[in-house]
Amino acid sequence: MTRLRATRQDGDRISYVVRFAGDSGDGIQLQGQQFTVASALGGSDLATLPDFPAEIRAPAGTRYGVSAFQIQFGGEHITTPGDSPDVLIAFNPAALVVNLPHLSPGALIVVDEQAFTDQRLKRADLATNPLTDGSLSEFEVVPVGISNLTQEAVKPFGLGTKDSLRCKNFWALGLMLWMFDQPRQPTIEWIERKFGADEQLRDANLAALNAGHAYGETAELAHELVQHHTPPAPFASAEYRTLTGAEGVALGLVAAGELADTEVVFCSYPITPASSVLHHLANLEDAGVSTFQAEDEIAAVCAAIGASYAGKLGVTSSSGPGVALKTEAIGLAVATELPLVIVNSQRAGPSTGMPTKTEQSDLYQAIYGRNGDTPVPVVAARSPGDCFDAAVEATRIALRHMTPVFLLTDGYIANASELWPIPDIDAYPPIDSTRPGDDAEPGHVFRRDPATQGRVWAAPGDPRFIHRVGGIEKDIDTGNISYDPANHQAMTDMRADKLAKVADFIPDQELEQGKPGGLVVVGWGSTYGTLHKAVRDCIRDGIPVAQIHLRHLNPLPNNLGALLARFDDILVAELNTGQLATVLRDKLGVQVHQYNQVSGQPFTVADVRRAIQIHAEVPMREVRP
Amino acid sequence: MSEALTFKDYASDQEVRWCPGCGDYSILKAVHRALADVGADPAQTVFVSGIGCSSRLPYYVETYGFHTIHGRAPAIATGVKLANPELDVWVITGDGDGLSIGGNHLLHALRRNVDLNILMFNNEIYGLTKGQYSPTSRLGTTSPSSPAGSFDAPVNPALFAIGAHATFIARAVDIDQKGLPGILTQAREHRGAAFVEILQNCIVYNKDVFDDVVAKKTAAETQIHVEHGQPLIYGKDRDKGLRLNPATLALEAVTLGENGVTETDLMVHDETNPVLAQMLVSLAPPLPTAMGVIHRRHAPAYDASFATLKPHERRHRVKELLHRGNVLDRR
Repeated sequence: MTRLRATRQDGDRISYVVRFAGDSGDGIQLQGQQFTVASALGGSDLATLPDFPAEIRAPAGTRYGVSAFQIQFGGEHITTPGDSPDVLIAFNPAALVVNLPHLSPGALIVVDEQAFTDQRLKRADLATNPLTDGSLSEFEVVPVGISNLTQEAVKPFGLGTKDSLRCKNFWALGLMLWMFDQPRQPTIEWIERKFGADEQLRDANLAALNAGHAYGETAELAHELVQHHTPPAPFASAEYRTLTGAEGVALGLVAAGELADTEVVFCSYPITPASSVLHHLANLEDAGVSTFQAEDEIAAVCAAIGASYAGKLGVTSSSGPGVALKTEAIGLAVATELPLVIVNSQRAGPSTGMPTKTEQSDLYQAIYGRNGDTPVPVVAARSPGDCFDAAVEATRIALRHMTPVFLLTDGYIANASELWPIPDIDAYPPIDSTRPGDDAEPGHVFRRDPATQGRVWAAPGDPRFIHRVGGIEKDIDTGNISYDPANHQAMTDMRADKLAKVADFIPDQELEQGKPGGLVVVGWGSTYGTLHKAVRDCIRDGIPVAQIHLRHLNPLPNNLGALLARFDDILVAELNTGQLATVLRDKLGVQVHQYNQVSGQPFTVADVRRAIQIHAEVPMREVRP
Repeated sequence: MSEALTFKDYASDQEVRWCPGCGDYSILKAVHRALADVGADPAQTVFVSGIGCSSRLPYYVETYGFHTIHGRAPAIATGVKLANPELDVWVITGDGDGLSIGGNHLLHALRRNVDLNILMFNNEIYGLTKGQYSPTSRLGTTSPSSPAGSFDAPVNPALFAIGAHATFIARAVDIDQKGLPGILTQAREHRGAAFVEILQNCIVYNKDVFDDVVAKKTAAETQIHVEHGQPLIYGKDRDKGLRLNPATLALEAVTLGENGVTETDLMVHDETNPVLAQMLVSLAPPLPTAMGVIHRRHAPAYDASFATLKPHERRHRVKELLHRGNVLDRR
């Protein structure tokens, strides 16, 4: 008789963490996405962590082929996918063993018992069967005949063995939906839409889903499993939707185009984990976006620059290796003073690295990674929903100052979902550009607004502004080729001043939480949710700690130095070896300490809390996980 | 406004900085003339170039111009065209820019059939970097980077264009002020990617490398100017022609009146036939080098499909999109 940790009827917790794991061909991500939608529509707040290999269909049963999806959901404000799952549902031995390190003692493990054959144990490099060798004694293990029960459930529909077994993700999803009393209807509708053309598959998958759900009820009667209930999340009055970071970027760019009254020309080359932005935008062409799948990364950024030259907003999107290829062209956009948004969904490691794993290690690349003195503004998104606002902000800077702008996201927020209050686009101020109006004085394309250093955004087709421009250094007034020493100095100064001017328009940096004095944790990007939770917990425990989270990384907010000076100690936490820490030391001359992790995985709340505790007690010490 | 413009009006106020005697001067002149001939609207015309001697050309044309980075002009021009399909967009490139560092982009601009006029100045050498052998340099070309003679096989630009399924392929000579403007005009009129290879004389680093083709004295014998629907005839006395040898599947030179050869034996140029185009662009001495519009066929231009996807009622659509998906109403 096994139960999920809370054994008493009133022992339901406010939130739970569930992790689905199986082969990369088992439909684990789909299962997780469907559970996410059900939780959302069931009234829970949530955060997810898809964690999958780069291989599309890795050899079945291997450890490296394991795909997982983790979700934290429940009746409180949720900012992280959770440190350790309360429930692991594992489709095979490999999925069990690689995920054990994530679990805390007492966690519930549901396994497909038919998958624990000698052959599949061997595939997972297991000498003995963990279900019987005692290695799982600290967990509550419920073996369920998922494969057999699925086959039984779909038998009436006449599928072959292979196709029958492919329904087991819906069977298991049905069981989990029962376990947490989440609605089945969204999944039923999804199956009907997806398999509408194939009645056999539709009915089989529906049957599997319902059978899994029914199994839960029976199992409860047999005291094998307990159903759990979470209260509705304390949402503010608003309309919400589920949103991944990739969707957030896509919708943000669409909205930015509308706010700037320009079409968006989105030029990209497929790369993990950035491709999903292209996929989303490819469906939005009637909302003012053209998408262009270029022949390579260089062509993608070049086409975007060409589009910006021609008067539309050029956008390109990639991940670190692709951004490296775009570098020369980004310099061209700086030299020619053209707007451009470059989205970098960062991934782990140098070279190919770990394409599906997350990291924040392209900050140097964004701020410093070009030949010549070539400043580029950099903004970062902190969550899937924040990708929307970050895209609008990046566009605003690009069009106000006539410059390329980096928008940094990463593999984690690109794929992760959250419940997002749908914004009212009418409440956003329009995005100003330097496009010449009907009354503009002809001829002066390189006349710059002294407040922004943005030049006139004149485009072909306009007889008033016929001009030539290029990557060769140009005369600061006429734009003609110039090798004049004083002019190059003046142009370099102008480009530096342009970056500095960006800071005049960005809001002052605020404290996320906590009070001045003591320790402040400084972060940027996708670590926001975890850092927020960790700092909140520490404050609750009486530790004098505060949080600052940066949207603007280049230039930094004008007040940041003064704000940091109000703290005794600064701890910069980031998923790299200390890139923001370097930037803060460089730009502000402050002494900071680092908390870094480079494992391809997000921080856990527990690790950050430990770092804060150590640091708050023993200031000025380097903290490593 | 364009009616009043003469070819001089298409010259910008910038001082031209090519070497004295460079073939680029005559190409520039032909460009000015072609623009004047068709009354091109300078505001609607864009010259996009990469890097190299040829790529300085946009500075010297009084239209919109974008001197970009090495090899990438086709990609940037594609973006210009996607953003505004109404524009008349020219790409100026060289053999190094277009076929070495930028070979990939040229391939894709051609096979996508983006409505661009691509002029490749082929001088078989890197000029601006001081004379290294290029991807079109003939075997054995001695240069600072190939002191013992180059030993990598050259690419034939027009043949490359055929491989990329280009829908317009022409070849011309820099100093041919009679023929070149007309070729450029036809390239401009073509809807889709038009590729023009221009044999260009680099007076400093590869002087007279095309003499076996373009030398005035022998040009009538070493060039064949093809015209759609006309037999393939050449020679000072118009007494030579090209005949298809079915046994070798190749064109061979014959003399009219010799061995009973008459004009009806000659191949008639069909510019829509890519197989014939391949034979023509591959002709090399002692056979005459093919000049003129070698291949032209109709195919939908890539950017035309973009033009049909333009937005309307944008704000309404954006709002609708924001609310599309799994929505939870907690108002």
